[in-house]
Amino acid sequence: MNFDDSPEEAAYRLKVRAWIAANKPDLSVLGPEDRVWTEPHKDLATRWQVIKAASGYACIGWPTAWGGSGGTAIEEAIFNQEEQTAGLRFSYFVTGLHMLLPAVLKFNDDDASRALVPPAVRGDTIWCQLFSEPAGGSDSAGLRTRAVEDGDDWIVTGQKVWNSGAQIADYGMVVTRTDPTVPKHKGLTAFWLRMDTPGVEVRPIKMMSGDAELNEVFLSDVRISDSQRVGAVGDGWAVIIFTLMNERAALGSGSGLSWRELIAMARNTPAGEGSAMDDPAFREWLADYYVDAEAIRLQTFRNLSALSKGEAPGPEGSAGKLLWANGAQDLSSRAVDLQDRFGLIDDPELAVANGAFHHRLLWAPGLRLGGGTDEIMKNIIAERVLGLPGEPRVDKTVPFKDIPSGR
Amino acid sequence: MNFDFTDDQKSLKEEARRFLTDASPLSAARGVLEGEGDGYDARLWARIVEQGWCGAAIPETYGGYAMGYVELCALAEELGRAISPVPFASSVYQFAESLMLGGSEAQKQALLPGVVTGEMVGTVATTEGPGEIAAGRINARVANGRLSGTKLPVVDGLAATHAVVLAQGDDGPGLYIADLVSDGVMREAVATIDPSRGAARLTFDDVPVEPLGAGDGIALLARIEERAAVMIAFEQIGGADRCLEMARDYALERYAFGRQIGSYQAIKHKLADVFTRNAVARSNAYYAAWALSTDSGELPVAAAAARVAASSAYWLASKEAIQVFGGIGVTWEADNHLFYRRARHLQLVLGSPSTWKRRLVDRLEGRLAAGELA
Repeated sequence: MNFDDSPEEAAYRLKVRAWIAANKPDLSVLGPEDRVWTEPHKDLATRWQVIKAASGYACIGWPTAWGGSGGTAIEEAIFNQEEQTAGLRFSYFVTGLHMLLPAVLKFNDDDASRALVPPAVRGDTIWCQLFSEPAGGSDSAGLRTRAVEDGDDWIVTGQKVWNSGAQIADYGMVVTRTDPTVPKHKGLTAFWLRMDTPGVEVRPIKMMSGDAELNEVFLSDVRISDSQRVGAVGDGWAVIIFTLMNERAALGSGSGLSWRELIAMARNTPAGEGSAMDDPAFREWLADYYVDAEAIRLQTFRNLSALSKGEAPGPEGSAGKLLWANGAQDLSSRAVDLQDRFGLIDDPELAVANGAFHHRLLWAPGLRLGGGTDEIMKNIIAERVLGLPGEPRVDKTVPFKDIPSGR
Repeated sequence: MNFDFTDDQKSLKEEARRFLTDASPLSAARGVLEGEGDGYDARLWARIVEQGWCGAAIPETYGGYAMGYVELCALAEELGRAISPVPFASSVYQFAESLMLGGSEAQKQALLPGVVTGEMVGTVATTEGPGEIAAGRINARVANGRLSGTKLPVVDGLAATHAVVLAQGDDGPGLYIADLVSDGVMREAVATIDPSRGAARLTFDDVPVEPLGAGDGIALLARIEERAAVMIAFEQIGGADRCLEMARDYALERYAFGRQIGSYQAIKHKLADVFTRNAVARSNAYYAAWALSTDSGELPVAAAAARVAASSAYWLASKEAIQVFGGIGVTWEADNHLFYRRARHLQLVLGSPSTWKRRLVDRLEGRLAAGELA
């Protein structure tokens, strides 16, 4: 057990910490309403990306052949930690640089594909993922968006959903069904495309929380050149798996409201003769919550240890995602209940913590679904960690067109 | 950064597992449970002492091997997996830690080498009746250096040669070292929920004792138990992991409705939940082991968190393992109840989860107030 960096890691940390301090943009330009996806927020994130790219910190762990710095995974993780501490972790470029472009470069080796990289590293282009569909949530191989070959092009028609960032993205990666006569995993093919290609329409989805950060994307006779294909025809499932593994690794380490804010709030909430902090039932719950939150925090150290030894973090990370999403829901539920009747109010002007706990309460159900549902996470743990049998898959060997589809 | 056992510590653990697989099969715990020995397995205990494990964290000056606390935690995890019926926890995590924390030089010199060689077996005698320990509920009394009163249950009270006893002194509650092999000490076995870890009623009648440390005995006891809680958390994790493995193996073997029961999501998700609880316990316990081994200021929070997480993990794992086994799991013959009993023993032996949860939150509040984390 050692929570200290190795001498090399410590030296690297000091170096990047100093660099961040010397180069960080002024965060005070953001007002309280300038949250993620707003223009000022995006501009700031872009500015930071440009600064990082100029000094080789934009893609630390990428090989130099891809335009990265050829650093180690642990160096990248240390930089991310320091960035987070400085309040500079932005999500705009994560989908492109950590999920989609690595897939493009893994599966393709042509000049046009490689040319996509430098502008993304510099922060000139934002990418979004066009994988999920209304008819296939957890069943990510059950896609129905069709791509039909037409000379050197493909004509793509269908609907995608839960596309985060599609409203501002310049590029997307779409997975389509190119052969419905073979079993579902085998008939998929991936492409990259510009989001301003004719026939691409992005509509924001208003969520139960009132937010509209996610979108549905309609694809109507969208013409895509075969030169934009990622991997071979029929390789789409391998592309999906490659990107989703990165997504789950990124999701487990969420942050947000914590026990600190909850204690602060409980202290100011009257109960009985004193405050809500005097309620033994609340205190016991808080202890249970704390050990889970601590486990999530410590999981990042375990991942760092694995990276430090040159290993990849394992499927155990699924436990972290489960804890984090459910913890967020429990925390907000408790916080709102502590207010008693006054907890009904979620007007940010009147509500405790400007309604942050209320907002989280309405956002939390989505956390338990996005990036792999609770149930999928438990299957992953049961199958890949504990070695229990996989789910019976009645559609595995059936041609896609013959799979019963319900509604 | 290494949030894991080192390679050397892993070898120690593997060696310990091999040794215990042979020396401490589940039949050892069952034997004691069914009444063999005085609440422990004397032969197994002698073999464990021979391994030198009792001295793992005791400095060389006092006859120990000074390997370190993380090493002791590694051993604890293996002892927990094996549910070994020996007084290791009482003598090493509690009694030896009492001496190292509160003992005078002379007391350490006199007693610690005996703990290492097994010549002495120590325990801690705190409880007298139901409810959390509190100054007003301690009736055992020391006057003019002599102790009178009754303590129960005292875990390993029959096996022990010495005890650290919580009693009222002239200045309120204090800790005292008693030689249990002396006139005026009466010991009787008491039946407990986990008979593989024997316990006794100790009655002291005007027994000469020495004070351990000065000042508030309850506060000193809390510091001792905070250290013991870290090692006990590893025993709990060892047991909880074994419950999960047993349930997993059974779920793969057992068929119902033409399928392995482990292929049903009801079973898969149940065991995934157990895995998640165990992972939470392990992360918190590793952090506490680090805090203990480096004398970090994080120890009071980390130890309480480890105990809370490990108690809830072992409870869940032991009860859900029975559920997976089905009917056979609730029979005397099946081994499940050995773990179900041990889980309860360990979650009560240093004070209940509720007590530790309150302690944990008190400490978190203290830190926030100090501005340390805010």
